Amino acid sequence: MSKKEWPLWEIFIRGQHGLNHRHVGSLHAPDAEMAINHARDVYTRRKEGVSIWVVPSSEITASSPSDKGPLFDPAESKVYRHPTFFDIPDEVGHM
Amino acid sequence: MALDATQVDQKALFDWLCRMGDNALILGHRTSEWCGHGPVLEEDIALANTALDLIGHTQMWLGLAGEVEGAGRTADNLAYLRDAMQFRNVKLVELPNGDIGQTIMREFLFDAFHFEMLTALVASADARVAEIAAKALKEVAYQFDRSSDLVVRLGDGTAESHDRMQAALEHFWPYTGEMFVADAVDEAMAQAGIAPALSEIESRWDTLVSETLAEATLVCPERRADVHTGGKQGRHTEHLGYILAEMQFLQRAYPGAEW
Amino acid sequence: MYAQMIKSEKSNETPEELAAFQARIDRGERIEPKEWMPEGYRKTLIRQIGQHAHSEIVGQLPEGNWVTRAPTLERKAILLAKVQDEAGHGLYLYSACETLGVSRDELFEKLHSGAMKYSSIFNYPTLTWADMGAVGWLVDGAAIMNQVPLQRTSYGPYARAMIRICKEESFHQRQGYSVMMKMAQGTEAQKAMAQDALNRFWYPALMMFGPSDAESVHSEQNMAWKIKINSNDELRQRFVNETVPQAHYLGLTVPDENLKFNEETGNWDFSQPDWTEFFEVLKGNGPCNEERLGARRKAWDDGEWFRDGLSAYAEKSAARRAAVAAE
Repeated sequence: MSKKEWPLWEIFIRGQHGLNHRHVGSLHAPDAEMAINHARDVYTRRKEGVSIWVVPSSEITASSPSDKGPLFDPAESKVYRHPTFFDIPDEVGHM
Repeated sequence: MALDATQVDQKALFDWLCRMGDNALILGHRTSEWCGHGPVLEEDIALANTALDLIGHTQMWLGLAGEVEGAGRTADNLAYLRDAMQFRNVKLVELPNGDIGQTIMREFLFDAFHFEMLTALVASADARVAEIAAKALKEVAYQFDRSSDLVVRLGDGTAESHDRMQAALEHFWPYTGEMFVADAVDEAMAQAGIAPALSEIESRWDTLVSETLAEATLVCPERRADVHTGGKQGRHTEHLGYILAEMQFLQRAYPGAEW
Repeated sequence: MYAQMIKSEKSNETPEELAAFQARIDRGERIEPKEWMPEGYRKTLIRQIGQHAHSEIVGQLPEGNWVTRAPTLERKAILLAKVQDEAGHGLYLYSACETLGVSRDELFEKLHSGAMKYSSIFNYPTLTWADMGAVGWLVDGAAIMNQVPLQRTSYGPYARAMIRICKEESFHQRQGYSVMMKMAQGTEAQKAMAQDALNRFWYPALMMFGPSDAESVHSEQNMAWKIKINSNDELRQRFVNETVPQAHYLGLTVPDENLKFNEETGNWDFSQPDWTEFFEVLKGNGPCNEERLGARRKAWDDGEWFRDGLSAYAEKSAARRAAVAAE
């Protein structure tokens, strides 16, 4: 067994059509530069990307699952944030 | 001054295209032998990408060679139905893979040549050559980045990885000179402006290689680099015959069959 | 409704927790890495995802066996790309497994020591080029049959890995069938090779779904947890129903005298594979068990200096950067 396992990295890729970097998966690499090379070889085999971010998995801080209620439920009551909340008369046309 | 590319001896051009194609074919074949046996999953996948790129280059170079020859031979015909003495690759690419360090070192030594060669070929007087070179260059630029990076890392890694890389360098060194020994074919291509003079490529190769080796804490061998030549003229090592026996088995055993 | 079946493996798992967990699964919620889960669920997933990952990388070997002998440049590229995909799929699955608190190197150790298994199908040899067709068509076909429902499995990282894998794998079975078509429409020698490949791979492919559910120990619990979606027999029948007409199209004969379309059920009736053989191969007595595991061990052992060399360089260069930053 190797003395030390290569650390795990989380890979984010921005696709051909703009939009944000999206998490695509993980891989192992000894450092960030090699993680980028590996990500190119592993996760863009089908022309999936134009830009790669790599982050050590250990550096990801995630929200706690038990906080799901307090974190996300309040948004449910803010219905006025959605365009359908407002009635605009048909005569006004598209808005 | 470059002559008209159409005036060039077509036999020489065919030979030269086979050199480009056979280097890619044989190195791609060697690299593909790693599939499923790599030292770590990520490297296994990367090696397969390299092999796939080289197979793609083979199809383009040998495809054009067949066109230039004008005898109706396809890239597959050339790859699968020639014998060793008709192969035009340098001996460097047909040597066995050895350990992963040797594989990476050989790739690096060839990539540095390949990268400089393709960079020059983008300006070839023959538009077909320039087009293939432009397509292949993008991939080879990445291959060179990757192999030189790994040479630096392994050279400057542990004592063991350093020693293995130094040994790999010594092993392949006497085969590297062949890439730069120009013969009548190379000279005809250079005169026609189809390909660069190999002496130019050699000096750029020297710079690239010595910079990388220094960073890798590896020492350039003292011995002659052009000990083993002849591959480009069809005089190969014993290893090529075995590659062909394996690679061409189906085409030879079932002549005319479609796959 | 299934809560009563869950046997707690840890003394501190209360019936209420177990019931709440099952309720989440019954509501179709995905379980994510940091969330509470019964120890039995975690262990079963590690075993199943790990075994699946091992199968992908051991599965590189029988097809990798023909990469250097592929008959045309295009076939070589296609086969290599496909076998490379298997490595990628192994990588995705190991990553999913790692979210359960086991490292990839530990999983490799367990594969190499024989403590974890891989799919027995890969202990069969690939003897002719037609096997590249048969493996793609039958083995990938059977694998896809298993994998498509797993895109809906309850564990988030596993389901997401399966979605990616299924998307990439859609070309694998088709490339296998395309090899088979060329062979079946080719010379007499090629046809004979194609038939021989079908003869050798038919029953091993049927075995891939596992023994009949009646004999399968974990089935019920795993279905409750949505780690397993369909029964083994159900998937096997579905596979036979899809594959038999494909074999007929090729003009090949499925090696089963009892194969017969049943008008009543709408299914093809077929013979069971030899389960004694299945268990023997599982125990290590298949044609290629030693070669396959030997090749994996060798790759790992030979690669140790490479991995360690790169780790050492990464540490050195991090230290050098830190020293520069400190100046």
